[in-house]
Amino acid sequence: MLSTYQYPKYEYVTPPEQKSGAVGRYPVVVVGAGPVGLAAAIELAQSGVPVVLLDDDDTVSVGSRGVCYAKRALEVLDRIGVGDACVNKGVSWNVGRTFFREQEVYNFNLLPAPDHKRPGMINLQQYYLEEYEIKRARELPNLDLRFRNKVVSVQPESKGATLQVETPDGIYTLQADWLIVADGARSPIRHMMGLEIDGKIFMDRFLIADVVMKADFPAERWFWFDPPFHPNQSVLLHRQADNVWRIDFQLGWQADPEEEKKPEKVIPRIKAMLGDDREFELEWVSVYTFQCRRMNQFRHGRVLFVGDAAHQVSPFGARGANSGLQDTDNLCWKLKLVLDGKAPESLLDTYCEERVYAADENILNSTRSTDFITPKSKTSLTFRNAVLALARDHAFARALVNSGRLSVPAYLTESRLNTADNGDFAGDMVPGAPMDDAPIRFGDQQGWLLDHVGNRFQALVYVDDPSAVNPENRRIFTALAQGAIPVDVVLVSPKAGDGGGLPVFEDYAGRFAERFDAKHGSVYLVRPDQHVAARWRALDADRLRAALARATCNA
Amino acid sequence: MSLILKPNLREPGKRYFRAFTPGDDFYEALIDTHRDLSDEQSAMVNAKLILLLANHIGDISVLREAMAIARQDV
Repeated sequence: MLSTYQYPKYEYVTPPEQKSGAVGRYPVVVVGAGPVGLAAAIELAQSGVPVVLLDDDDTVSVGSRGVCYAKRALEVLDRIGVGDACVNKGVSWNVGRTFFREQEVYNFNLLPAPDHKRPGMINLQQYYLEEYEIKRARELPNLDLRFRNKVVSVQPESKGATLQVETPDGIYTLQADWLIVADGARSPIRHMMGLEIDGKIFMDRFLIADVVMKADFPAERWFWFDPPFHPNQSVLLHRQADNVWRIDFQLGWQADPEEEKKPEKVIPRIKAMLGDDREFELEWVSVYTFQCRRMNQFRHGRVLFVGDAAHQVSPFGARGANSGLQDTDNLCWKLKLVLDGKAPESLLDTYCEERVYAADENILNSTRSTDFITPKSKTSLTFRNAVLALARDHAFARALVNSGRLSVPAYLTESRLNTADNGDFAGDMVPGAPMDDAPIRFGDQQGWLLDHVGNRFQALVYVDDPSAVNPENRRIFTALAQGAIPVDVVLVSPKAGDGGGLPVFEDYAGRFAERFDAKHGSVYLVRPDQHVAARWRALDADRLRAALARATCNA
Repeated sequence: MSLILKPNLREPGKRYFRAFTPGDDFYEALIDTHRDLSDEQSAMVNAKLILLLANHIGDISVLREAMAIARQDV
């Protein structure tokens, strides 16, 4: 039992199928109520899809697991209604410092540019995130969250899947048109379906210690290479909510995990780090190893794998839960269009393509970090230490210091859903890019761009004067909003004004114009997951419709 | 021309969205060059690498500057 957190116990309710004996069939069943499965179920339920979410347990994540939630994940969490709860409880930070032996050699700021709603990162114990998501899930009448419902078999079919589910009342049958598998790194469903996951195991062990202490260290990520208090290994320190500090000690492959977990072994390590005078209480200890691997395909017919079930990375860079939340963000709008008959099933192949691309980027970056942190040969160690020695004085070497490349969303530049540029744009908001945020004024409210986009297709039309849109364009905008897949048009302008029925985002700080290289007439078509689908220097209704068709596999 | 000490790595034709990527691309290639070599073999590879790069740089004053920095605090 933790001193700072009481695990909730959620009530088991006999499923309706077990009461009636009938076989239930649902459009979507999600397996696994971790952060990712919950996000998937919430996002679908919010868009009007009835969802059943099954979990074999009746509480939240136990112990010290996920810690860091990145800006992009917070933007996704905002859209499922838990962003504020997480940010209010979590510890926001942007600065990371890296030490080599006794000296600081490098620091980074995750938000080098100002004017974003969310910080680069928050630290929050995983159980809080899950608790907030469960609270949100229970507000949605079309989301049926079933605790102590364990899937014991799965039968994939051409039009769905049939599950056998075990509860305290016995076993019942459940059918789904679509099955979302979010049952974690060891994924029982992946095993039941006989699917492989390939990659690399890293020969290293890390000790996690959560300690409760009062300390006035700044809210920053501190990483040590070869510190005097833990020679030849690395150490990572993060502040979490409730004055709980998470410390990761690298132990090496030879360490005995059972021995290392004993308090008489752990406490001296922590004392060596914090000094004998610092009072602390040990809250949690565990030892972990990790793998970097992924499934070949995340879509198997009507079965869709998300999060750790589909891909795993080393923890350096916090690319695990963060990328899982981006999986569901990518998947849910596509699945919704398919369920509504507005897009072919092949749209879901692009879920696989885009998220495999992102998973490979995450695996690449976290593998590189791991290779830097844990050099595999004497030469590799020499290079590593040479980089760290040069980093004190020379900027080029600081750029090579790699204590984790922290989770950022992938630029889906290779996606077949993008329409290639034909205009001349500067900056990074290319087709496939995750949108940058910008401060805006909407009506008389000051707010953020990313709070007003997403969950549907939108065209952001940049104009010098929102009250001067010509009638011809107005007719086009009305037609777009009434299409089978509606495109909501928004005017973005440096000037406030009456959009004549169209919403107007006043780009009062000029950040939208700057970040999107927008000029009078520029149009961005953005996807429900806030990625850029296409952009032009001038509105052309035919091109816009073609790009929408392309972005939904209707071309 | 003096020795460049600001980040200067890039690959022609590649577009970078993250500042750390070109450095990490290079570092991975460097470590890969040494994969499965003995320490002695690696030392030989490093020596050859320095000679090749030195000839490419050409300007001996730049090389002297680099050699002086490399020797500091060793």
